[in-house]
Amino acid sequence: MADDSLDQMIAAGTALLGIPVQPEWLPAIRANLEVSLTLAQLVDGFALPDEAEPTPVYVP
Amino acid sequence: MSALARIEATLARIAERDPVLNAFTAITAERARARAAELDASRAAGRAALPLEGMPFAVKNLIDIAGLPTLAGSKINRDRAAATQDATLITRLEAAGAVLVGALNMGEYAYDFTGENVHDGASRNPHDHSRMAGGSSGGSGSAVGGDLVPLALGSDTNGSIRVPSSFCGIFGLKPTYGRLSRAGSFPFVASLDHLGPFARNVADLAAAYDAMQGADAGDAACTDRAPDLVGADLGKGIAGLKIGVLGGYFRDGATAAVLATLDHVAQSLGATQRLELPEAARARAAAYVITCTEGAALHLDRLRTRGADFDPAVRDRLIAGALVPAALVAKAQNFRRWYHDQVLRVFEGVDLLLAPATPCTAPMLGQTELDLGGKKVPLRANIGIYTQPISFIGLPVVAVPVTLPGASLPVAVQIIAAPWHEDVALRAAAYLEAAGVARAPQPRWP
Repeated sequence: MADDSLDQMIAAGTALLGIPVQPEWLPAIRANLEVSLTLAQLVDGFALPDEAEPTPVYVP
Repeated sequence: MSALARIEATLARIAERDPVLNAFTAITAERARARAAELDASRAAGRAALPLEGMPFAVKNLIDIAGLPTLAGSKINRDRAAATQDATLITRLEAAGAVLVGALNMGEYAYDFTGENVHDGASRNPHDHSRMAGGSSGGSGSAVGGDLVPLALGSDTNGSIRVPSSFCGIFGLKPTYGRLSRAGSFPFVASLDHLGPFARNVADLAAAYDAMQGADAGDAACTDRAPDLVGADLGKGIAGLKIGVLGGYFRDGATAAVLATLDHVAQSLGATQRLELPEAARARAAAYVITCTEGAALHLDRLRTRGADFDPAVRDRLIAGALVPAALVAKAQNFRRWYHDQVLRVFEGVDLLLAPATPCTAPMLGQTELDLGGKKVPLRANIGIYTQPISFIGLPVVAVPVTLPGASLPVAVQIIAAPWHEDVALRAAAYLEAAGVARAPQPRWP
């Protein structure tokens, strides 16, 4: 993902969530977001059957 | 030796060594003395000995101790009211005769593999004080590895019991997800959090595990299964067990010393079958995604109001986690079920699997990069590459410490069982200990 896309995602996402961010935090947030999205895309790249459902803990 | 004499000796050893190891954040000396005196009095009055009679123990400071705020390694939680009662596992250990002596250092909010903490300082490795204890249960590893206490509790979301066991050279048990109650502990990732014990030998590990089992309505994930007590069967050996060694993903990146240790353990157990877990790298990736996003959800309000009070290394990962799209998180959860089913099929052919606990021995304090198979990678994110695909689906694991001849530092091997079969993994650990292969090395102390 291009750096400017990540920057835009961080700016928009933290504003929407109401998370104040100091400018000096941004490089580390961006580096971590890049790792998280890269790993999420690795999972996303695996073709799961539609029937694959999560394992809930909630017991009524 | 009376319980009180044992506690006094323990408190003296803590006073001597903890200024260097930095394992403890609170010492409950008066409580411990009072409890030990009670034990001695009731024993003198004819009570039968308890399984953990007079055994000192300490707990990671995310576990509630009545009268203390539950820090979870953070600055922010210092503002919380003191816990009004002990966590379930403390109550159960004390009912079995153990004596709580304090709370232990940890990585902030358990989002850590190093044992470093910007608020309390790093827990130090008992075998080389310039090295990491591992995290996030760093104080637990340092306290048991440094022989300050024979027993400690920690938590393991992605490897936080197994990593300190590896770096500090002690036995650790991450039980099946849901086996031990988490009631009265500060959470991190609800669908991945486990509590479990550390000890210097398998008998103590198993005795503590047996004392802590049982249903608990205070933890929604805690099983209603009857306790499966393991203590009486520890000496049954490994005859008839089918043991496989994980290859592929679980060898990639490990140092030669780690692989030699794994091979030594495999040979000692007669394990020759090499197996691979399908899509282990994706499992680790999915665990990472679920961790950073569930963790972000837990801490969202604190990120909004107390961002500057976090450890920056934790805060910046949590903020990033808050931004991962929900659809990708849902896919990670769906993948989890698929992977779980695949791995259970592997267990149709074997009773136990072996894998390294960490890709290396304890890194230096302050180290930020790791050499993983010749590639420099961020250390914090990669220490748990071999533990995450296992805890992701809640499998029980015993981490057994091994120090090869000529090696200066220990490293642990994971003995992994099918769900609810801690007994088999503990039997194999006891076999390795009896054979002299696995042991907790004595810390060097001037």
